[in-house]
Amino acid sequence: MEHKRLTLFAGHYGTGKTNIAVNYALFLRRLGKKVCIADLDIVNPYFRTKDSAEELERAGIDLISPQYANTNVDLPALPAEAYRLVEDKNCYGVMDIGGDDRGAYALGRYVPYIIKENNYRMVYVANCYRPLTRTVDDALEVMAEIEQACGLRFTDIVNNSNLGEETTAETVLNSLDFINKLSERSGLPIFLHSAKASACEALEGKLSPLLPLHLQERYFDLPQEGGF
Amino acid sequence: MADKVLMKGNEAIAEAAILAGCRHYFGYPITPQTEIAAYMAKKMPKIGGCFLQAESEIASINMVYGASAAGFRVMTSSSSPGISLKSEGLSYLAGSDIPAFVVNVQRGGPGLGGIQPSQSDYFQATKGGGHGDYKMIVLAPASVQEMASLTVKGFNLADKYLMTAMILADGTIGQMMEPVSFEEMKIETYEKPWALSGTNCEREHNILNSLYLKPDELEAKNFERYERYKLVEENEAMWEEYETEDAEFCLVAFGIAARVAKNAVVAARKEGIKVGLLRPITLWPFPKKPLLALADQVKGFISVELSMGQMIEDIRLATECKKPVALCNRVGGMIPTPENILDSIRKAQKGEF
Repeated sequence: MEHKRLTLFAGHYGTGKTNIAVNYALFLRRLGKKVCIADLDIVNPYFRTKDSAEELERAGIDLISPQYANTNVDLPALPAEAYRLVEDKNCYGVMDIGGDDRGAYALGRYVPYIIKENNYRMVYVANCYRPLTRTVDDALEVMAEIEQACGLRFTDIVNNSNLGEETTAETVLNSLDFINKLSERSGLPIFLHSAKASACEALEGKLSPLLPLHLQERYFDLPQEGGF
Repeated sequence: MADKVLMKGNEAIAEAAILAGCRHYFGYPITPQTEIAAYMAKKMPKIGGCFLQAESEIASINMVYGASAAGFRVMTSSSSPGISLKSEGLSYLAGSDIPAFVVNVQRGGPGLGGIQPSQSDYFQATKGGGHGDYKMIVLAPASVQEMASLTVKGFNLADKYLMTAMILADGTIGQMMEPVSFEEMKIETYEKPWALSGTNCEREHNILNSLYLKPDELEAKNFERYERYKLVEENEAMWEEYETEDAEFCLVAFGIAARVAKNAVVAARKEGIKVGLLRPITLWPFPKKPLLALADQVKGFISVELSMGQMIEDIRLATECKKPVALCNRVGGMIPTPENILDSIRKAQKGEF
């Protein structure tokens, strides 16, 4: 797998962009690369890259996130230091973009730099179990809206089709028909398949490349019966 | 498995409302429930429905009043400060005896508070909020699946009893994602002979109004309304009991607090303390009967709340103060950990309430 200097994760909201961005950054770091991750989500004040701040710091990954992330201030502002990601060409940059076209607007200001350097992947994160992107047509519509909002075309797809805590290997395998059709119709390659780590063992050898995701643990689920 | 989708609690409400026949949504954005409006904005135009972002919360609740009066299934949604603004309209809806479906995905308060989860609008939802003698049916989901099923239930009950049904959720349930199935949703429909739907010159015209010029008429209307509320109390209380059969202590919690409390029950039982959980699913009507029955069995109750001691009053009333009730709470956007609740259980075991 070839890793570009910049990797941007965008898509419909709630498809797992942040989770993938964090896990992909950790993956790059394990390959020994200097990594910087930026939270560019101006839409959702919850479930942010910053939730993984400790783990990222332990791994030696540089985190750029808005000043008010994870506070009560619901302010859609981006930090000036986010420019470091496009300017410092010595690091591998991972960008976590907000959901849908509304989230992608924030990316627009960095796009001229990204295009000029021309060493990036713009990745569409797909989950066919999300109600508004269940069909290939719906997904293509969202992709077009995002491209129009930020002025950058997608170059790759990540298949992150999942049902949250209930995800099994079968959940992922059942999404292949969708993802192959999406790849075919959009003309974009499948860069990665990703799934929660516990489902990945049964997928080894069936899907490649495969990125296991380590999710934030929730303490309100009963381990034996999965909550309510 | 194939029929399940992964949804946020807020999206599940919107999808379930559409399934229940709601084609009119009026609202004004506020975190942490904006996904309801966003979902409706995306979906309503595709199914011939109406999504309208009003100029304010007050305007939107009055649009609900109008559409409901015309006989349509209609909803609005907001979060705590927005519900305060809608409260006048909720009182007018009650005074006119027409159905409505309203969602409150609570955030920390009072005032502008914060955007993290809370349950501190319990009093507002169950004791009125608006002015005058009235009640709302208050439903408290504890999962994304219940956000969907209780939405359908809410529309059904609102039409059945000509009342507002409110989903009282918290920011966590609104924002978190879980798999949901929309099968097995029972949609009930009711005739609406009272609706302002046009007479076609075939009947007397209907009037919907909350103004009464004669006090005896207004009194009679209030008595009549409370007879209906009595039926709701008798027939519609919903709750879940978990490990209560041999319980010596009973946790009472709803919504996200109930999920944490369930884990505390498991942890306490590992320590040999017999604890159970009663989870009210309807907050009004409050599940008084099972609580009163448990009062003869347990040594005490613990109210686990994301508020400063609101539901605890209803527990004391329901149990006729037969047993002590302790409060275990976090507020301002904080959520108790199972360990927090376990501490309260250990104290209760030592007789400290």
